[in-house]
Amino acid sequence: MTAYAQPAAVQGAIFTRPVRALTALAVIGIGLVVWRFVVGLGQSTALNDGYPWGLWIAFDVVTGTSLACGGYALVLLVYVMNRGQYHPLVRAATVTSAFGYSIAGFSVVIDIGRPWLAWKLPLFWHWNLRSVLLEVALCILTYTIVLWIELAPAFLERAQASTIPWIRQLAKTWLPVLRRMLVWVAALGVLLPTMHQSGLGTLLLLSGPRLHPLWNTIMLPLLFLTSCIAMGFGVVVLESALSSRLLGRRPEMEMLAGLGAVIRPVLHLYLGVRLVDLIVRKQINQLFAFDSYSVMSLIEFALFFGALALLREERQRRDPRTLFRAAMLMLLGGALYRFDVFLIAFQPGPQWTYFPSVTEILVSTGLVAAEVVGYIVLIMRFPILAGAPAAAPAS
Amino acid sequence: MGISRRAALKAMAAATAGTVATAVGTPKAKAAVVAAPPDAVGMLYDSTKCIGCKSCMVACNEANDLPPDTALSGGLWQMPLDLNERTKNIIKLYQDPNDGSHAFVKRQCMHCLDPACASACLLGAMKKREHGIITYDPDLCIGCRYCQMACPFNVPKFEWSKVMPKMVKCELCNHRIAKGKIPACCEVCPTGAVIFGEYTDLLAEAHRRIDKHPDRYVPKVYGETEVGGTQVLYLAHTDFAKLGLPTYGSDPVPTAVREVFQEIYQGIVPPIALYALLAAVMIRSRRQLTGEGEEEKP
Repeated sequence: MTAYAQPAAVQGAIFTRPVRALTALAVIGIGLVVWRFVVGLGQSTALNDGYPWGLWIAFDVVTGTSLACGGYALVLLVYVMNRGQYHPLVRAATVTSAFGYSIAGFSVVIDIGRPWLAWKLPLFWHWNLRSVLLEVALCILTYTIVLWIELAPAFLERAQASTIPWIRQLAKTWLPVLRRMLVWVAALGVLLPTMHQSGLGTLLLLSGPRLHPLWNTIMLPLLFLTSCIAMGFGVVVLESALSSRLLGRRPEMEMLAGLGAVIRPVLHLYLGVRLVDLIVRKQINQLFAFDSYSVMSLIEFALFFGALALLREERQRRDPRTLFRAAMLMLLGGALYRFDVFLIAFQPGPQWTYFPSVTEILVSTGLVAAEVVGYIVLIMRFPILAGAPAAAPAS
Repeated sequence: MGISRRAALKAMAAATAGTVATAVGTPKAKAAVVAAPPDAVGMLYDSTKCIGCKSCMVACNEANDLPPDTALSGGLWQMPLDLNERTKNIIKLYQDPNDGSHAFVKRQCMHCLDPACASACLLGAMKKREHGIITYDPDLCIGCRYCQMACPFNVPKFEWSKVMPKMVKCELCNHRIAKGKIPACCEVCPTGAVIFGEYTDLLAEAHRRIDKHPDRYVPKVYGETEVGGTQVLYLAHTDFAKLGLPTYGSDPVPTAVREVFQEIYQGIVPPIALYALLAAVMIRSRRQLTGEGEEEKP
């Protein structure tokens, strides 16, 4: 078994020029969120009665949470599949997941029309147990809390070194308690994403009569679930590559190449279900109709198959650049699949069109920027990333 | 050690793939139309009797305290293009591009027997209540607009222009029915093109008209079987699809959701069982991981 270093805070200046630029984007985004609440959804967005769900749902919530599946995918791998060698990646992945889910939750509050009544969601006597969206909403809410609890040890470890006595004491008392119960929380951290990531696909089954046949299948939940797990691994690869680049650390190629290998069967499953389903439903010919729908689907397939081709051989997976490209292709494929299901496949009628407004786009980019800044601040202030610079085994 | 892990993985697979597969694999039984509630009321709209006077639209706005949508006419008269936040009821004109013949069609909530909006709604703001009427309770609505994504007839509308919006849709004038009156549109219709009554009576009446005047009607009552049946029924002499009434099978829209979602989560037992299994497997994994001299830090 590979020995690995304890997680430690990354040293260096936080507010470099790119981080300042991201902060500016985040501030613009937050400003426009305020604007949305002042003027209402009609004026600030391009949403309409035909396309009631737009960029904020398709990107920030649906794609955003799937890109935040790193924590889910790794806990699944390390604890359920018992691959302990990937353990050093878990904490960093959990941070991106926590941010991704928090941003998604925030986006929901921006998007819903009557957020002042959102407090009624936990009132179980009102629950409509047939509502898929209720399941998704409650799971996402709970899972966001679960993610921050999973991260709590990182904060408490830092607090142990605090100069303030009572904070030190607090950390000393709670850290062992938290560590003992953490596995029960982590089990929730597998259960809840399994439920709501598949649920995000189930959502559109209710739009079935108005969904293009290329995407309208009862397999939507399984397709959303398998692709989000693959995307979770892809995000971990991407994030390791980026942070090692930005922070001048050597990437953990041993582990990342291993993840590259793990992604393959997951992608095979996704693509297998997708293709067999098209054949069984006799819609495979639609794939080659070469209208806009078929082209979008073909791009999805090209991205996924491209990723698979790049991950084919051990030699490729050990090459940081190839692995990075494969992860990018796969993430784009997964994101496009979600966009297609929520915005392209959904056909309310010829009189309706939707293209996101400037406000919608700037809010979405602002929230992503805020997420990146938050991540950088966190890894530089708290023990998140494993291994000191250049301590990772060279590939 | 392998056994419980395998069991957990199997349970996960079953929770997702298994049920999905059975739902697809079993050939669908010829879906029977959903039974209407015993006290169900409804409307019958006969396109051949409609003269397009639109008095029902005016009456609807008045009865429901909605300001008329005059945007397109420069503030002069009511002129909506479709159902919208100020329009719960609309008369549309279909003109045949070839022979110039025309037909009117009235659009409003269809009051489905198995409504997709009510299946979608998180807290039951949209719900099939008394008389099978789907009513809207704003106090339980968070404005998620999933009902709009779900409705196969594109009926619920959102008050986009407002900072504190609500959903807007025909509730079959349930506030008038409670006072012993009938829906405003049916009350004012000068030709009896739209009539109100008990659902079973209206269905019988529709068939009676077709039988009596087979030359006047397309031999079909729209809404009798569509998406499991609707409490608003249509007669016409023009193809319903041309009038903008979509061609749907008899499966209620929530069928697919029921097949995958409700069956998996039935009685919340499967998720709890899966949770217990996951916890067992993960405790074991953690023991192995920490057994190698490393402190536990997920």
